[in-house]
Amino acid sequence: MANVTLRNVRKTYPGGVEAIKGVDLEIGDGQFCVLVGPSGCGKSTLLRMVAGLETITSGEIDIGGRVVNAIEPADRDIAMVFQNYALYPHMTVYNNMAYGLRNRGMARPEIDRRVREAARTLEIGAMLDRKPKQLSGGQRQRVAMGRAIVRQPKVFLFDEPLSNLDAKLRIAMRVEIRKLQRRLNTTSIYVTHDQLEAMTLADILVVMNGGVVEQIGNPLAIYQKPATTFVAAFIGAPPMNLTPIDAAEATARQPDGTGAGGAILGVRPEDLALTDDAVPAGGIGYELTVEAIERVGAETFVYGTRSGAAAAVSANPGELPPGEIVVRLPGQSAPTIGARVRAVAPRDKLHLFSADGRNRLGG
Amino acid sequence: MVEREGIRRYVAHAVLWAGIAVVAFPVYLAFVASTQDNAAIANGQMSLLPGSHFLETYYRTIFVGTSGTTREPVGMMLLNSFVMAMSIALGKIAISILSAYAIVFFRFPFRMTVFWIVFITLMLPVEVRIYPTYKVAADLHLLDSYAGLALPLIASATATLLFRQFFMTVPDELLEASRIDGAGPFRFFKDTLLPLSRTNMAALFVILFIYGWNQYLWPLLITTRDDMQTIQVGIRKMIVTSDALTEWPVVMATSILAMLPPVAVVVLMQKLFVRGLVETEK
Amino acid sequence: MQKQSVFTSRWLPWLLIAPQMAIVLAFFYWPAAQAVLQSFLMQDAFGLSTVFVRFENYKELLSEPDYFAAILRTFVFAFAIALSSLSLALLLAVMADKPLRGVALYRTLLIWPYAVAPPVAGVLWVFMLNPSLGVIAHGLRALGIDWNPLLDGNQAALLIILAAAWKQISYNFLFFLAGLQSIPKSVFEAAAIDGARPMRRFWTVTFPLLSPTIFFLIVVNIVYAFFDTFGIIDTMTRGGPAKATETLVYKVYSDGLLGGNLGGSAAQSVILMGIVIVLTGIQFRFVERKVTY
Repeated sequence: MANVTLRNVRKTYPGGVEAIKGVDLEIGDGQFCVLVGPSGCGKSTLLRMVAGLETITSGEIDIGGRVVNAIEPADRDIAMVFQNYALYPHMTVYNNMAYGLRNRGMARPEIDRRVREAARTLEIGAMLDRKPKQLSGGQRQRVAMGRAIVRQPKVFLFDEPLSNLDAKLRIAMRVEIRKLQRRLNTTSIYVTHDQLEAMTLADILVVMNGGVVEQIGNPLAIYQKPATTFVAAFIGAPPMNLTPIDAAEATARQPDGTGAGGAILGVRPEDLALTDDAVPAGGIGYELTVEAIERVGAETFVYGTRSGAAAAVSANPGELPPGEIVVRLPGQSAPTIGARVRAVAPRDKLHLFSADGRNRLGG
Repeated sequence: MVEREGIRRYVAHAVLWAGIAVVAFPVYLAFVASTQDNAAIANGQMSLLPGSHFLETYYRTIFVGTSGTTREPVGMMLLNSFVMAMSIALGKIAISILSAYAIVFFRFPFRMTVFWIVFITLMLPVEVRIYPTYKVAADLHLLDSYAGLALPLIASATATLLFRQFFMTVPDELLEASRIDGAGPFRFFKDTLLPLSRTNMAALFVILFIYGWNQYLWPLLITTRDDMQTIQVGIRKMIVTSDALTEWPVVMATSILAMLPPVAVVVLMQKLFVRGLVETEK
Repeated sequence: MQKQSVFTSRWLPWLLIAPQMAIVLAFFYWPAAQAVLQSFLMQDAFGLSTVFVRFENYKELLSEPDYFAAILRTFVFAFAIALSSLSLALLLAVMADKPLRGVALYRTLLIWPYAVAPPVAGVLWVFMLNPSLGVIAHGLRALGIDWNPLLDGNQAALLIILAAAWKQISYNFLFFLAGLQSIPKSVFEAAAIDGARPMRRFWTVTFPLLSPTIFFLIVVNIVYAFFDTFGIIDTMTRGGPAKATETLVYKVYSDGLLGGNLGGSAAQSVILMGIVIVLTGIQFRFVERKVTY
């Protein structure tokens, strides 16, 4: 068990491409840290640097009080679960799990004890003599987990371990990974591009984009107070509605002068309500023409375009098209398509960002 | 498709049997000749059905040999051919898998140069550089030796390229998982890469064994001693220009014996053979 | 194409490539370089001194009518062997591609001649067509054909072509069958629905889709006719009668056996190398296309 600390970690490829542009991160003992972001944001690279599979251009990675920059992956006391599982196709399940222990010269009875215990925990005890080819996707995933567990490492590293599973299995395994990690209480770093997986698993959530950390924190805190428009749009589905506002309105909402160049106003779909009432003081109201309705049972999403929609906000992944607003209504009642409705939100549900989207204004 | 399916099928069967007859007839004839009396053959009175001299001819061929020209029994030639074919197949696989491992799984200066040096050898069969190669073999005192028979035929890139191609398809994560599991270059090679390459090695072995067994020009040049003759060279020496002196039953028995091992390999390991052939030609 | 993840070691990769490098340098590059060097040198009549003569050896070689005839003959052989063997193999492969009972057996019975060595193939055919004792030769005589390849150069050439084509059928058959099986069946079904009759389907659908395989096999067959026919020629005719079956490779061999003209023999080798390199180049260009296809 160990802390993992990253100090100003950078990665520049020989071609000059900067994959990681200075990351600082502190993961406490036994915590579950999730790195989330769109593909190409550097999250996998960062994980592989912790594993020792990528060199570190500058900065320090510290595992359990020891700087590991120059240490071989095998000697870092980590275990990794790969996206495609990377099971040895020619070895049985048992040998897949035992291989790393044998290479370390562990005594046979101890290897056997650990493998059988891990197999019991993961409910793959009946498959120990099979080869990976004879297993289903979910079972292979469990073997990959088992290979990590038997090592009893200081840190677990997960590189999108669930992305090859179908939707139902993914949710089941997600819950299981979390339970397992709680029980073993092993520090874990988990990479995913799925924000729902990130939200549900993380003690610490790290949102990355373009090689930099956008925000670090407790998942709910990030959801409630996203630090940038990128985070606001990436975390939460459907994404936060973001609309640019002019300097006058920005200054009115944020009198400290930070909104002098205009600003971006954000409101989550569930914070909007359809009503004929007047807009509450300091709140916001959108006049919408309903374009599409999505009924998913417990809730209904209403997509509408604003009358006189303003110019586009920067196009981040996951964002809505400019001028489109989505409202989340509980239950199944909804207006008809083509209806003109008013969506309003009170003042305390609004998020305000600088015009470039890089800073959150006011708390 | 249903149109006149029946007739077409009969035509196909007939064409295939005709094809088989064409490819098999010369061999059948050779077998028949190997069981008959030399006098009858030399007179042109050969029967098209097997004769009664099977045991006699094959015994004489394997353990005694022809009286005149080859001076060694065919058993000795079979042994020489076998040693040569095995050395070529195993030697080529061994050196190729090692160098492919270096080229794919290591970064070192002049890596691509090394690759090209090997790659270019693909282009020139030994036949085009036969005399200079002979001189090298002579200078290295390799005439009339198994090493001399095998080494120059090992100097080619096909196997290296095949292994390289296969190694490229081994997922990166497997190497990474091995590294995390504490396996260095030797362990990864021994525990993971070799077991994974088994089928490829077997397929390559089948092709290379046939290739080695059927070599002709090089053994013809490099062997002068009778006890170093391979079977292919021996057959050639058994045919003397004057038809009357050629012991046809023995020649035909030798031909059958020369075909037997590689044909058996093709028939018994058909899957590996087809795979090896298609892969090495890519 | 490169691996992302590799080992780092200063000496190990060199150790791993050392055996292959040693063999390739000693038995490939050194002899090839010797051949090129020799082709620019000329020895005096007693082999005492050697002079650098630039392209003299090549000029002499190319002005020799014998050499020119050998080039022409080699190409004629290659063309005849490729054409006869490919067309027969294609016919058999198309038949074996049908859903017939016992197809696996047919395949086995058709591919084994691949394993027959060229000199053995030569012996088998010589035996059948030997003018005095060959079974088929007797038949030909009975039909009134004056069959004597020992004297008639054209008949000797035909003998070589027959034996060489026979041995190559199985190889071509195998690749044609693989090519046919890689064509999706739905294409034939679409053609059938479009009203194309079987013969028409073959020429408008199968044949064009098979063209990469055909092209590949043409190159392979030419290379085969150039080099692997040596064993056939040496057992059947030894280049005769009167050099009627002497190909380029056979000429290198027999000229070298007579000894003497080292430079001329080397020049022959170099020209042969040039031809192979061109053929291989063509094949690689094609392989590239096959990859993207």
